[in-house]
Amino acid sequence: MNRTLIAPSAAPARPADSRPIHPLWLRLTHWLNALAVVILMLSGWRIYDASPLFAFTFPPAITLGGWLGGALQWHFAAMWLLFFNGLLYLALNLLSGRLARKFFPLTPRGLLRDLKGALHGKLSHADVRQYNQVQKLAYLCVLLDLIVIVLSGLVLWKSVQFPLLRELLGGYELARRIHFFAMAGIALFLVVHLVMVALVPRTLSAMIHGHAPKTP
Amino acid sequence: MKIFQAPTLANIDGAAAVREAQRLIGRQVALPARRAFLQRSLTLGGLSLLTGCSISDDAHVEAALARISRFNDRAQALLFDPAQLAPTYTDAQITRPFPFNAYYGEDEVRVVEEAGYRLEVSGMVADRHAWTLAELRAMPQHDQITRHICVEGWSAIGKWGGVRFADFLHRIGADTSAKYVGFKCADDYFTSIDMPTALHPQTLLALTYDGLPLPPRYGFPMKLRMPTKLGYKNPKHIMAMFVTNTYSGGYWEDQGYNWFGGS
Repeated sequence: MNRTLIAPSAAPARPADSRPIHPLWLRLTHWLNALAVVILMLSGWRIYDASPLFAFTFPPAITLGGWLGGALQWHFAAMWLLFFNGLLYLALNLLSGRLARKFFPLTPRGLLRDLKGALHGKLSHADVRQYNQVQKLAYLCVLLDLIVIVLSGLVLWKSVQFPLLRELLGGYELARRIHFFAMAGIALFLVVHLVMVALVPRTLSAMIHGHAPKTP
Repeated sequence: MKIFQAPTLANIDGAAAVREAQRLIGRQVALPARRAFLQRSLTLGGLSLLTGCSISDDAHVEAALARISRFNDRAQALLFDPAQLAPTYTDAQITRPFPFNAYYGEDEVRVVEEAGYRLEVSGMVADRHAWTLAELRAMPQHDQITRHICVEGWSAIGKWGGVRFADFLHRIGADTSAKYVGFKCADDYFTSIDMPTALHPQTLLALTYDGLPLPPRYGFPMKLRMPTKLGYKNPKHIMAMFVTNTYSGGYWEDQGYNWFGGS
């Protein structure tokens, strides 16, 4: 990382580019999605604890809702936020062309190269506008994961009313497990995402006010 | 953050500057990065304030959540398709033993005697006579094997038999344009349901479990069995029912479980 910070060639001189790194709609939908995901995850842990699928429970102190009924209220409130805000995020990304521009092309070779770089701590984050291949894959995966968790959640919430979806996900009990592992995937993403943001704090600034402190 | 302030390098020979900077930064970068990391971690700590019951205990938050729960009742009523049937299963798929579940332990199951039992019927109905079990058994009986889904998340497959609740409502001349049907139970449980679910073809006034008279632990003398609703909406040990336009909540619903509780 230190190498990229000082190597003059790593960060092409950016002419006064006043366009925000992330447009306002993206920053708003990103943070609303983040809020919804955090509420859903913490309340979901409390719901899980009421009837654990596996031989462990989440410590009540890190859950939301106080008891099963409270957790369900939080969960079924935040689900609307994730559902509609997530749809908006997806629609605006598709319609504006941002999805195609930012996340593609994604090639196995590029991915391998950037993954090696990332593991050796040599990956450049000098241009916050440009995602590297590992980032592209991670963001696309979490996007898909969020779609899976919403769909499996719909089966759990309304398994009788959405028969096609229920059968596609293998029935109520399988949907429960899918919902759990989709949560685990998002939790893993969140940990890595937060660590990366802590290591490259300019990305946080870019996601808050749209601009990042200039790099050399 | 000092390390990002490159201008001091501007007029110096590139290669020398890089060596110099690498030496300096190699020593310093770990600290700011770590500091930045800790700063970001603090916001994680802030998130943790959301947890526990503190925020849920706030009266405004509780009121807002309760309002959203009422909204969710309406959303579920819209999603409810009166013709959509819950999946049915085979005898071999029945969960054995079928779990006991109530707001009390299995050692506290209420035992209702058949002798002298009458199902009281009141509210917006034409015929308010109280029903004996024999009268109910004389009506057409239906069996179904369906999945019981608990609000806690677990599910189990069971076989219930009895009178189609829609048949019963028509038989007593219930005003099916009323909004609710309410139930009072021998174990002091109570709940109420929406009329469209009451009229759903799989909603049974269950008198048997697995082909035998409903045992006390499954709700003798009768249970309202609805595969389109979560377990807590399925009252056991029913003593009285009423048809009404007045919302009457329920044992768990009054404590915060969603009233519609549909599946």
